[in-house]
Amino acid sequence: MRAFIDRVRSGDEIAYLITWAFAASVFLITCLLVYELWATSSLPRHKFGWSFLVTSVWDPVFEQFGALPFIYGTLVTSALALLIAVPLGVGAAIFLAELAPPRISDGLSFVIELLAAVPSVIYGVVGIFVMVPLLRRYVEVPLKAAFGYLPLFKGPAVGVGFLAAGVVLAVMVVPFILSISREVLLSVPVDQREAALALGATKWESTWKVVVPYARSGIMGSIFLALARALGETMAVTMVIGNNPQIAASLFAPGYSIAAVIANELAEASSEMHYEALIELGLVLFAVTIVINALARILILTTAGRGTAH
Amino acid sequence: MSFRNVWRKSVNIVMLSLTGLATLLTVSVLFVILGYLLWYGGSSVNWNFFTKLPTPVGESGGGMANAIVGSGKLLLLAALIGVPTGLLGGIYLAEFGGGTFSNFVRYTADLLNGVPSIVMGIFAYTVVVLPMHHGSALAGSFALAVMLVPIVLRSTEQFMRAVPVSLREGALALGASKWKTVATVILPAGFRGIATGILLSLARVAGETAPLIFTAGGNNFWAPGWNQPIASLPVMIYNYALSAYQDWHRQAWAAGLVLLGFVLIVTTGSRIILSLGFKSSRAG
Repeated sequence: MRAFIDRVRSGDEIAYLITWAFAASVFLITCLLVYELWATSSLPRHKFGWSFLVTSVWDPVFEQFGALPFIYGTLVTSALALLIAVPLGVGAAIFLAELAPPRISDGLSFVIELLAAVPSVIYGVVGIFVMVPLLRRYVEVPLKAAFGYLPLFKGPAVGVGFLAAGVVLAVMVVPFILSISREVLLSVPVDQREAALALGATKWESTWKVVVPYARSGIMGSIFLALARALGETMAVTMVIGNNPQIAASLFAPGYSIAAVIANELAEASSEMHYEALIELGLVLFAVTIVINALARILILTTAGRGTAH
Repeated sequence: MSFRNVWRKSVNIVMLSLTGLATLLTVSVLFVILGYLLWYGGSSVNWNFFTKLPTPVGESGGGMANAIVGSGKLLLLAALIGVPTGLLGGIYLAEFGGGTFSNFVRYTADLLNGVPSIVMGIFAYTVVVLPMHHGSALAGSFALAVMLVPIVLRSTEQFMRAVPVSLREGALALGASKWKTVATVILPAGFRGIATGILLSLARVAGETAPLIFTAGGNNFWAPGWNQPIASLPVMIYNYALSAYQDWHRQAWAAGLVLLGFVLIVTTGSRIILSLGFKSSRAG
């Protein structure tokens, strides 16, 4: 008892309680967030059930809500983004981790860190005024001329659409893939490289067949992290995707994404049902990004653990 | 040399050059963005931009003084709510915690950190905007604060753990209580790192647009107090860039340049502070 009183006097217990309360508040905030998303999306959940996710009519006037076009747009743009960003990011990570001298590697990594800090609305501005016209003239029109018979490249090349959103997203997520992949590659023990080189492998062979497989799960983790970013990215996508809820095979067609429709319609929701349908979209986005983030973290931790075990 | 070796050597050279090319492409993006912002917005960043209110459509001139002050107010209030919460939570994790509860908090913080910013906007909308029936500076700050907490928490913990154990033991051996050790020895020792983490988190949320659109809303005039819709630079950029007016596009570029300038200066500056700190502590 005396010891306890002494500790209270010295302030330890009080400091403990105060800091504990703030640490616990992080948990409370998250619970509240989940609760709010769940509780305020009950109307559409009860009315549409799972069909909310697989029907494609989005009609605020008749209160019919199906999220499929938005889910489709989000998935297509994110997939496109990864298609472009993964080779770029992993390639650059290999260069920075394996080839570049440490000084240059650190300097360039700092530039990448700055790139990751660029606000998404700025990507949107550069995207809509600079990239979209360039993309239409130098990518979409030639692609259409060469492969116009494929459904992928059908329809008018208007610039804004799935392709534009995918490219902007790719540029935005490359820094995440790059910086984490670089760290994971750097944590691969040197003796792995030396062993491969001693066996007569070229630099590329030692990198591609020994170092990269060793770091595989960490690199996968960085890709999942980038995917979670791409799925939830709002501003840049809203500005270049065209905001048209349709499911089109053509990459040139304007589409819509989950985050974009929330940003555009939430403040002006016409009815309770409309508003709650948008929140349910938020709930879907939340759930998906949580799962992907968790996967990413597990993958990165496994590689990091392996790296230090040696 | 056999054909196979020639082939292997050429694959080596081609692939390694391709990785170099990928690096060049990625790094150049930052300079391309900066270049375009300077090209289109540079001439519009002048005294008027920082001191005048936006003008109605059709009138040229005007500035974004209200949006700059608005962004400042939103950041200030967000920092007042979010930084102490993250800081104290981080102190708990680094100094008092241990065991399942700490791991749990750590995991939730990482989870919260990965939540898309638009979902944070929804959260602030349901919790603050709906009960008040209108957007406000308070709601916008709340959204930004929720984003700040996990970042500050994790970086604080990380930098407090980086303080050498010998300092801790020295203070405890002198008879200082735990919180005295934390407050007078560990916090000052880890100050640069913790401050860097806070600055970086502020730079990150300063450019957030999605959580502000339907919480802070927009305003073409000054917004005194905390209880009414308020203009902010990111939302202003968004609205102006999507408008149909050439003059507004010009302003959007200028605002983009100012915003990016702020973010890059804070990020670089905090990096420099940190590296200086490590050098001096090594020397001492």
